[in-house]
Amino acid sequence: MNTQPARQFCFKCFIHFAGLTLAVVGSFAYLSFNPFKFFNSESISQLALYGSRFFPPDVHTAFLGKILKATFETIAISAIATLLATVISLLFAIPAAGKYGRRAKQVTRFFFNFLRSVPELVFATILVLAVGLGPFAGTLALTLHTTGVLGRLFGEALENHPTKAYDALLLNGSNAAQAFLYGTLPGVTAQFISYALYRWEMNIRMATILGFVGAGGLGQMLYYELSLLHEPQTASIIIAMLILIVLVDFISNKLRTLQRHNQG
Amino acid sequence: MHMRPPLNDPDAKRRFVYFVLGFIILWPLLQLAQFNPLAFFERSNLEVMGNFLSQFFPPNLELGFLELILKATLETLAMATAGTALALLIAVPLGLTMTYSLSISRLGPANGHRIKRWMRSIARLLMVILRGIPEIVWALLFVRVFGLGAVAGVVAISITYGGMLAKVYAEILESSNTQVSRALLLTGSSRGSAFLYGLLPSAGQELASYTVYRWEAAVRASVVLGFVGAGGLGQLMDQSMKMLNGSEVSTILLVFLMLVLFADYLSWYVRRGLS
Repeated sequence: MNTQPARQFCFKCFIHFAGLTLAVVGSFAYLSFNPFKFFNSESISQLALYGSRFFPPDVHTAFLGKILKATFETIAISAIATLLATVISLLFAIPAAGKYGRRAKQVTRFFFNFLRSVPELVFATILVLAVGLGPFAGTLALTLHTTGVLGRLFGEALENHPTKAYDALLLNGSNAAQAFLYGTLPGVTAQFISYALYRWEMNIRMATILGFVGAGGLGQMLYYELSLLHEPQTASIIIAMLILIVLVDFISNKLRTLQRHNQG
Repeated sequence: MHMRPPLNDPDAKRRFVYFVLGFIILWPLLQLAQFNPLAFFERSNLEVMGNFLSQFFPPNLELGFLELILKATLETLAMATAGTALALLIAVPLGLTMTYSLSISRLGPANGHRIKRWMRSIARLLMVILRGIPEIVWALLFVRVFGLGAVAGVVAISITYGGMLAKVYAEILESSNTQVSRALLLTGSSRGSAFLYGLLPSAGQELASYTVYRWEAAVRASVVLGFVGAGGLGQLMDQSMKMLNGSEVSTILLVFLMLVLFADYLSWYVRRGLS
């Protein structure tokens, strides 16, 4: 906590503040976007008119059924992608933890970092070319990105895990695979599962929008309906998205508090 | 005589049951996601993909194109910065309304108790809606009002990130040392001064640090926003993608990776300076 008396004038703070202001003002200037002129009565009434086209949302049973199916598709995309990524990154996490020497570690880490820094949507656009429009492309795109994220986390967890049990099994004559499966894996499983679940939560959120480039799920439906200027239908889909995301958020929060209570 | 211990997995039966159960659950999911690895090997797909990927090398390094990329990169950075700045305008009032550590009604009976509690619930609901809808959805909607370009992206970022920042601000203010602000409120100071003198000194660094982190995330997000026409590098990538111009895509991808690294580094540097 700050226990020093208030200072009179801080030159460094002044410079930092000036730099920050300059960056913000410069950004608005570069985009020629003036927020003060932007929110005038004309543009607000235009926005209100546009917004009113979305009401009331379409709640016909047939359409709601379609939304439900797309929602399940979204969940399926995210679940399969997370599962696949977990398996793949588990395999590659072993070299990434340095079990096969330095070179293998560097190569796998670079590979994971690359996968991690390319956004899902970019993968999705490329994969739509490779496997055609539809949820499969979205699943693969999510898998690639998630593999990068989970692989790095898994590798670090494996590297930091104490090797005593593994070594003891090796010394007693089991082979490396057995020693890994019974000596190392049980110790890191809980952490791995919590990483994977956390990623699944993020992936559900991501899977809702991957459809914008034609990769299935709620997003594809949204894009389609909005292209046809079906605003009430779009509104229902957005509400479904919101409910899905909020629900997932709520469940994961509850689980996290539960876990915290169990750990004391 | 040496006896070999049995090499059976003692837990084999249970593992087998779990495996089968998992597969039964997984099967309909695979159907729903139209999981079909054979699609990779279809003739037409292979051709398109092969052509596209083979163009990745060498990347397009023509001067005119690089100039275009530079402009788009600056636009992306400007979008993130302007979007985060506008998000603050939403997040600060919303976060201060939401946080329980500035709640006077929590201290004891007060006037207008119910109205204030309603206010807080409404602020929370607003926050959930703002941050619950992904920024790219807002961008898609706003592109139709403001036209193609960065403005829709800035507004989209400011809305979603305003909600996210508000939530985290409220949480930080609740988890930091609240005794000072509580004491101030109890002795009759206003909520504003309780925040400024009671909470900000201890929580200020964390608040600023999270804001910088959000800026970094906004850089990454603003790239993606371009895919629905909201300006920046993403829009450029989308155009090259649609024309199946692999060499342009690979250049943009490289620049994008460098931009993310740069934002990462800058944010790390600033946050280290803050702590």
